[in-house]
Amino acid sequence: MRTVTAPEGGGRVLPGWRAVLVVMEHFWIWYRRGWRATVVSSVVQPLLFLLAFGVGFGSLVDAGGGASQVTGGVSYLVYLAPGLLAMSAVQTAAFESTYPVMSGFKWQQIYWGMAASPLTPGQIAVGHLCWISARMLSAGAVYVLIIGLLGGVVGFGIVLSLLCATLCGTAFAALVMAFASVVRNEGAAFSAFFRFVLIPMTLFAGTFFPVERLPEWVRPIAWATPLWHGTELSRGAALGTLGWWPALGHLVYLVALLALGVGLVRRLFRRRLAI
Amino acid sequence: MTGAAMVRATGLTKRFGGLEAVRGIELDVAPGEVFGFLGPNGAGKSSAMRMIACVSPRSSGSLRVLGLDPDVDGPAIRARIGVVPQQDNLDAELSVRQNLEVYGRYFGLSRARVRRRAAELLEFAQLTDRAESPVEQLSGGMKRRLTIARSLVNDPELLLLDEPTTGLDPQARHLLWDRLYRLKQRGVTQLITTHYMDEAEQLCDRLVVMDGGVISAEGSPGELIARYCTREVVELRFAPDASRPGAEAFAGVAERVEELPDRWLLYAADGEAVLGAVHRSGVRPRASLVRRATLEDVFLRLTGRSLAD
Repeated sequence: MRTVTAPEGGGRVLPGWRAVLVVMEHFWIWYRRGWRATVVSSVVQPLLFLLAFGVGFGSLVDAGGGASQVTGGVSYLVYLAPGLLAMSAVQTAAFESTYPVMSGFKWQQIYWGMAASPLTPGQIAVGHLCWISARMLSAGAVYVLIIGLLGGVVGFGIVLSLLCATLCGTAFAALVMAFASVVRNEGAAFSAFFRFVLIPMTLFAGTFFPVERLPEWVRPIAWATPLWHGTELSRGAALGTLGWWPALGHLVYLVALLALGVGLVRRLFRRRLAI
Repeated sequence: MTGAAMVRATGLTKRFGGLEAVRGIELDVAPGEVFGFLGPNGAGKSSAMRMIACVSPRSSGSLRVLGLDPDVDGPAIRARIGVVPQQDNLDAELSVRQNLEVYGRYFGLSRARVRRRAAELLEFAQLTDRAESPVEQLSGGMKRRLTIARSLVNDPELLLLDEPTTGLDPQARHLLWDRLYRLKQRGVTQLITTHYMDEAEQLCDRLVVMDGGVISAEGSPGELIARYCTREVVELRFAPDASRPGAEAFAGVAERVEELPDRWLLYAADGEAVLGAVHRSGVRPRASLVRRATLEDVFLRLTGRSLAD
């Protein structure tokens, strides 16, 4: 992209990646004003999930004896933790890509202000997506620390898990942003999305138990979700249980989904902002 | 001037599906000029402005802004213009200062430069003492001033203002007009849409009257009044339910007459003489006044209705 400078140090067109960074900067400055509230939630929520399912429910699972065939011999907490990491990324994606996007168009309308500047609608979309991705990465890092404190980390693979979870969340966020950019009412569609997409996905995409335990006819639905691929990758990285070929397959699926989502969200932002 | 036009449009058209909001308008705005779009709501003013602001692609016709084609160089043009949208789109959760600084960054300005620029603009908009307040706590007039300040963050050569004072109280409007006048003195070209006649008369060197997507007249406020109106106007007001005289009562008294729901308007060079003649003929209005003709009268003449409709 070419750079045009006006006389007396006026405005200029930023190259694409810098344009994405200044959009992220806007969200960062906004986030700084109220970061304390989100820190509480990003510490408390993982703590609750890990205590309830990993430690509490996990002691029941571990005592049962049969579970170790499925977990590959590790404790349920160790098995669950990388799955929760992926699930939390997907949840962050769902919340950050619905109402905040609608607000950008409709309530606060900050997207319209951005669109009047040299930024393009596509850069605005990608900038917001990158911000959401950065939030997932930082919230996930906190999650990893808490997992470590509770004794759920068995090696450095968990760092790779964090990256896989973020990739999974980002792919999902791009698709959800695309969906949010065509919602015109006051967000009633989002409640349906949370109920019929997000919650079933977080329950049945392999976070708490392997998808193979589901009835045969349900499995293909789980296989189609980004979360199943993210969970397999994340768990495989943490426990070292995933072969190269399956890993590559999951990675390709998530990258393809991300490419589709980014293409879609850029197009839909342009359609909404440049009318 | 031909090569240096800030905005030049020929046959500029905007269609939304089957609706034609702007129907082939011609524009030529010179550097340093304050140019007005005057017209009622739905006249196509905002659609025209959004095309000039390079956020809305034109449907047909030709358009050059700062000599460039918005379809090709949209971002480069936007880098050099300032936009005040009809509806404020500030970030309500950021402070006044943060809004200016964040916005400046979109234009590729360094952090040091946006800090300096924000301080200058806060002063210009008389918001220095509110710099750290969240925007949601500001009054309507303050938000409008901040939006105008924000549009200046990149030292624009061309400023587009879409109904800058709609919804403001008279004091806030006068403060804004003063700020816009100062910008004019600095040589900033301005395009202003408004449906306030007094605003157009105060601010604009030249203006077009828009109605139904087309331009129905063009000129300076004085020229338009001279061309479409008489020097003075006599207003005769009647109670809504009282019987009132028909147009024949004023035949031969005024050059032209216009009937509105609650009054008659009589157009003439000498208003006092007309008013005297009306009184002598026995017409007894509830109230009467003689005033100078305004753009409102021009608009009424051109479109057959008042701007408030």
